Parts: sequence; C-alpha cells; structure tokens
Amino acid sequence: MLNYLIKRLISTIPVLLGISLLLFFMLRMLPGDPAQVLAGQMASPEDIENIRHQLGLDRPIYEQYATYLSRLVRFDLGLSARTQNPVIDEIWARLPNTLLLAVVAIMLACLFGIPAGIISAVRPYSWLDYLVTMSALFGISMPVFWLGLMLVVVFSVVLKWLPAGGTGSWQHVILPSITLAALVIAFIARMTRSTMLETLSQDFTTTARSKGLTEKIVIIKHALRNALIPIITVVGLQFGLLLGGAVLTETVFAWPGLGRLIVDSILARDYPVIQGAILIFGLLYIFVNLVVDFIYAFVDPRIRYD
Amino acid sequence: MTEQKEDDVCQPGELVTDNRFKRQWVKLKRNKAALAGGMLIIVYVLSAFFAPVIFPGNPSAPNLIKSLETPSVENLLGTDELGRSILGRIIYGSRISLLIAVGVVSVGMILGIPLGLVSGYYGGKIDFIIQRITDTMLAFPGFLLALALVAVLGVGLRNTVISIGISMVPLYIRLVRGCVLSVRAEDYVEAAKAVGTRDIAILIRHILPNVMVPITVQTSLSMGMAILFAAGLGFLGIGVQPPTPEWGAMLGSARSYLFNAPHVATFPGIAIFLAVLSFNLLGDGLRDALDPRFRI
Repeated sequence: MLNYLIKRLISTIPVLLGISLLLFFMLRMLPGDPAQVLAGQMASPEDIENIRHQLGLDRPIYEQYATYLSRLVRFDLGLSARTQNPVIDEIWARLPNTLLLAVVAIMLACLFGIPAGIISAVRPYSWLDYLVTMSALFGISMPVFWLGLMLVVVFSVVLKWLPAGGTGSWQHVILPSITLAALVIAFIARMTRSTMLETLSQDFTTTARSKGLTEKIVIIKHALRNALIPIITVVGLQFGLLLGGAVLTETVFAWPGLGRLIVDSILARDYPVIQGAILIFGLLYIFVNLVVDFIYAFVDPRIRYD
Repeated sequence: MTEQKEDDVCQPGELVTDNRFKRQWVKLKRNKAALAGGMLIIVYVLSAFFAPVIFPGNPSAPNLIKSLETPSVENLLGTDELGRSILGRIIYGSRISLLIAVGVVSVGMILGIPLGLVSGYYGGKIDFIIQRITDTMLAFPGFLLALALVAVLGVGLRNTVISIGISMVPLYIRLVRGCVLSVRAEDYVEAAKAVGTRDIAILIRHILPNVMVPITVQTSLSMGMAILFAAGLGFLGIGVQPPTPEWGAMLGSARSYLFNAPHVATFPGIAIFLAVLSFNLLGDGLRDALDPRFRI
C-alpha cells in the first residue's frame, strides 16, 4: 500500500513539471515583448527595462526557467499587475469560496446522481430508466451558465425566494451549487447506471439472490458495493469538470471565487494572476485525483500494488 | 464541457462492404433519438445556410425604439437591449456556432490524428514524449485549458477556434493511439510490413481506416462540446465579440436584464442546448450503430 502511494506520488512529478513548463512558456508565447505587456501601453522605455530585469528576461532561457521553478516551489507567484498584491494572497482569499461551492456541489451530485443511477439500473428500460437517462443527457447538453440564469429568473426574479448573487449567507450558496452540481449529477447517474447494470448481472448477485436475501440487501450490499470503485473514480474526474464549471457559475452569481478571478484577470491582461490561478486549479485537480486513487486502493482489497 | 471517456470501439480486421454500411444505416435509422438529433442538425445547417433568406436585414443593426420587447407576432422571440430581433440573431448565430464546431474539430483532428498515429505505431521515445505532453494537457480540465489559451492568444472568433481546438487535441491523440495499439499487431499490418510497404503507407492505408469509426463518434461528440465551450467563452466576454450574433455572448449581455426582460436570456440558451443535444444524440447513435459489438 505504502509502496503504491509513493509510486503514485512520483508519477505526478512529470505532470507537475509539464504544467510548470506550460505556464512558463505561456508568457513567452504572447505576441510581442512580455515586459511590454506587463508594463502596459503607457510605460516608458525605462519601466520596461526595469520589468525586464525584474523578471530576469535579460538572462538565458534555461536560467529563467530554473529561477521560475524555484520560486514556484516556494509558492512565490509574483505580484498582480492590477493590484500589486502578491498573487498567492489574491488566490488564498478566493480559494475557500470556490472550494465551498465545489464541495457542496459534489455532495449534491452524489446524493442525487447515485440513487438515480441505481433506480435506472434496477429497472432497466422502464419509464423511470428512460426518465433518468434522458435527464442525464439533457444535463450533459445544457450550458451551465444558462441553467444558472434560468434558476435566477425562477427563484430570484419570479418567486423571490433566494438571492440572485453574492455571498454572505447559506441562501447564497443554494443556487450556485445546484447549477454546478447539475452537470456532475448527469455524469454520476450515467456511470452508476452502467456499472450497476454490470454488477447486477454477475454471478455473485445471482448467488446472493438464490440465498434468499432481500432485494434491498442484494442491491446495496452486493451490487452497489462492487460498483462503487468506478463511481468513485468518476466523481474524482468530474471534479475537473466542476472547476471548469466554477468559472462560469461564479460569473453568473457574482461569486468571489477563483474562477471569477481568472476571468477578471484575463479581461485585465493580468498575466501573473492568470498563471497563478491556473496553476492552483491544475494542482487541485491533480490532488483530488491522487486522493481518489488512494481511496480506490483503500476500498478495494482485491487490488495489490507492488 | 464534457470530459470524454475513451471508448474502445475499434475492431480490427472488419471488411468494409456495402452490406455492413446497409446494416449500420438500418440500425441508425431505427435509433429514434439519433435520428431526431440528425434532423435537428440539418435544421441548424439549413438555417445557417439560408439565414439571409429566412431573416432579411442585418441582425446586428440596433433599433433602440424596440428595445427589450417581449415576444410578439412581429418579433417571435422578442428583442434584445438594442432592439434587435432575438430570432434573427439566433438564426445568424447558428452560422457562428457551426463554423466554430467545424473549425474546432478540424484543428483537433489535423493535430491529434497524426500525433496519435505516430505515438501508437512507433512507440518508444517519441510515444513517451507525446504521451507526457498529452498527460500535461489532460491535467487541466478541457474548459480551463481553452481559457488559458485564450488568455495567451486573445479574444475573437479565430482565437476561440484555435484555443478550443487545441484543448481537443489530447482527446484525439488518446483515442487514435489506443486504436493503433489494438491493430498494430494484426496479421495484415505484419504482412504489409513483410512485403516492404513504407510506414506512411501502412499508417494511411491499413491503420487509419480502422480508426475511422471511433473518430467519427468522437467528432460528433466533440462538435457538441465545441459549441458548449465557445458559448461559455462568449458568455464570459472572452470569446466571439459583440456585435457578432454569438449565442453565448448574447446570454452574457442578457445577464444585465434578467430582472426586467428574462426572455432575452431564455431563447439563446435553448438554441445552444438543442444544438449540443443533437450532436450528443447523433454521437451516441453513431456509436451504437457503428460499433460491431452491438450488432442487431
């Protein structure tokens, strides 16, 4: 087990290096001089020269990358071009908001997605199954931001039950997290259905039934338990979807999270913040999938990693 | 922004005959959902093609006297904040969205298919390098990758297509590589090698045809995804720019009028939803019809 954990940790190193390279070259891929871009249109030649020196752009490229990497490891992401605050502070201030939305959304998605998938698999080709599979397809095809806007129209404009945006109370969390969860519910329901259909047709399920166990126990203790591993994997993968969706959802609901920070920074051409926020998103995604892999190893005693 | 799962639908050694096509066509026709999806796509293509006939006039010309009107006989879906017909803008918007969808999958295929073929066929160092790049790109959720590229390239229609297209490349690489690996050791590939056929000829004549089925399915699903991503970027204000009638950008400006004119935000969203749904329905249907494992 420990062996596996270490191996799995080491395997993330190339990806981390890849991400750092990608972000490093991001600024250099910009048309024109990065120092000019950072300094803005109104900057004097001296300002640009200063920034060039400050960024180390006057040194050889491999040296620049080494410096960049060593700063990255210390989470020194530079200063925001807009506010002049350290990028990492800007990110820390927003990260809890995004995580709150993401966690509530994932919980909602499991709470609704898994039972929907089970119902669908237990009664395949029934009207309930069609309802679940069609709803899932609708959920996958629907633009999240549009769903968010429509929820605002119904619950804030017409019914006046919930706030249309902002933060401050638990009511503010409801609409954004439902919006964010919708897409993930669809994926989880689909995955639960297909894996449950598989486990329900396996010999051990038939054996459990022939022993005279109640259908409820057969479904939950035998079929679901064996279907859980792929479901957990999908939940981890969908976390990435959630991060992408957070960018849109946070914009709809004026939610001060990391996603909104990225969009604002892109609009303001604040490259240090864009780099930093994208890095954190990438790290989060890798981290969640690592955790999922660990859970996977923990949940399934059949798997031996050596 | 769907993350695609890899589908192992490539079957080695299938002969392409009329009979097989007929069988698949029958199967596709029987799938009512796929048929509905295909027909909806045709409606979108026709409205894109005949937009000036269906809606004469400039869809971007403002008419402030008619600003934010609710649906009426004159303007079936109402008007937006500048008094422009929402229906007209949706019809013209189908041109933009279909253009983006085709552009994006073209970028994805032109870069992804050769890289996937090379990676799977040659293996070794080149495979290792291509796969590490793919891993890195897949470490970012698709929409975020497109967002990062837009940050570098800038806004606008062309950059939207390039950014989303590049974010699709790793999906094609993975798909094609997986299929190549499964057919690489087939007898007919070995035979071609034995008689001294050049690698490029083997790749194009013997391996590529076997990869076409999963590519077709992936392309249909990718087109839906492309429309969704592009609308997302447009909505955020970093995709196609106004006054171009792009569905996502229409929703972005409609956000400010949610309280007094909710209809402005309703219809472009339905247009996006149905377009994406139709590509997903067709993609699922194609998968069922083309995949030999689900034979009727």
